[in-house]
Amino acid sequence: MGSMDEFSLALRLFLKAYRWRRIDPVPWTALDASLSQCRLALVSSAGFVVPGQLPFDDAVRGGDVSFRDIPSAIDVRDLIDTHRSQSFDHSGVRQDPNLAFPIDRVRELAQRGRIGSVNHRHLSFMGSITAPGRLVRDTGPAMARQLRADGVDVALLVPV
Amino acid sequence: MERQGITTVAIQLLREVAQRVRPPRALWVPFAHGYPLGRPGEPLLQHAVIEAALRLLEVHTLRPPVLVDFE
Repeated sequence: MGSMDEFSLALRLFLKAYRWRRIDPVPWTALDASLSQCRLALVSSAGFVVPGQLPFDDAVRGGDVSFRDIPSAIDVRDLIDTHRSQSFDHSGVRQDPNLAFPIDRVRELAQRGRIGSVNHRHLSFMGSITAPGRLVRDTGPAMARQLRADGVDVALLVPV
Repeated sequence: MERQGITTVAIQLLREVAQRVRPPRALWVPFAHGYPLGRPGEPLLQHAVIEAALRLLEVHTLRPPVLVDFE
C-alpha cells in the first residue's frame, strides 16, 4: 500500500514539514460527451523518455520541471525510466512500463470502443519536484495548451 | 488542465497528499510506490484500475474535489 512508511526517515521528516500546495478553488471541467467519443492522453510523472530524448536532469535544484512528448506509437518496451528517485522500487516499471505509462492498456480501450481515441502523443515528466512554482506557472499550462491543441478531451494522470 | 477544458482523473498512491493538494478527481490505489497500476505484466488488474478511474468521469453527481478508493 502506498504509504509514507515506505520512505526513509529523512524523507518522511521532509514530507511531514513540506508545505503542500492546496488547489483552491478546485478547477472542474465536467465531461459532457460519452467517453466512447473522447480522445484520451496520458500524463505520467514516472520520468519516462524515449530513445534519443534527453533524460530528466537530477541536478536541477528543486526538480526538473521539463516535460517530454511520448509518441503514441511507441513500443512500450522502448520507454526508458530516468526517474531520479530512489524512494521507490523501479523494478516493476522497468519490467512493465505500463505500470506507470499504460499505453498498451489505453490502446486496448480504444480498440474496444471504451474511449473514442488515443491522442497521437502523451506527456511525461519527472515527479519528486520539491519546488513546483515553475511547474504550476509554466509547465502545467504549457502541457495543457499542447493537449488542448491536439483536441484531447480527457487526461489520465499517473504517478509512480 | 481543467482550467483549459480538459477533464482529468489522477491515480493517487498517498491519500494524505490528495487530501492536502485536492486534485479535481483522484482514485486512491492500495499499491506501493512504483506500482500505481498494481503489478507488472497483469493487464487485467491494470485495466481494473484504469476503469475505476474512468468511471469517476462519468458520475455527474460528483463535486470537486473527488477522492475515491479503488476496491
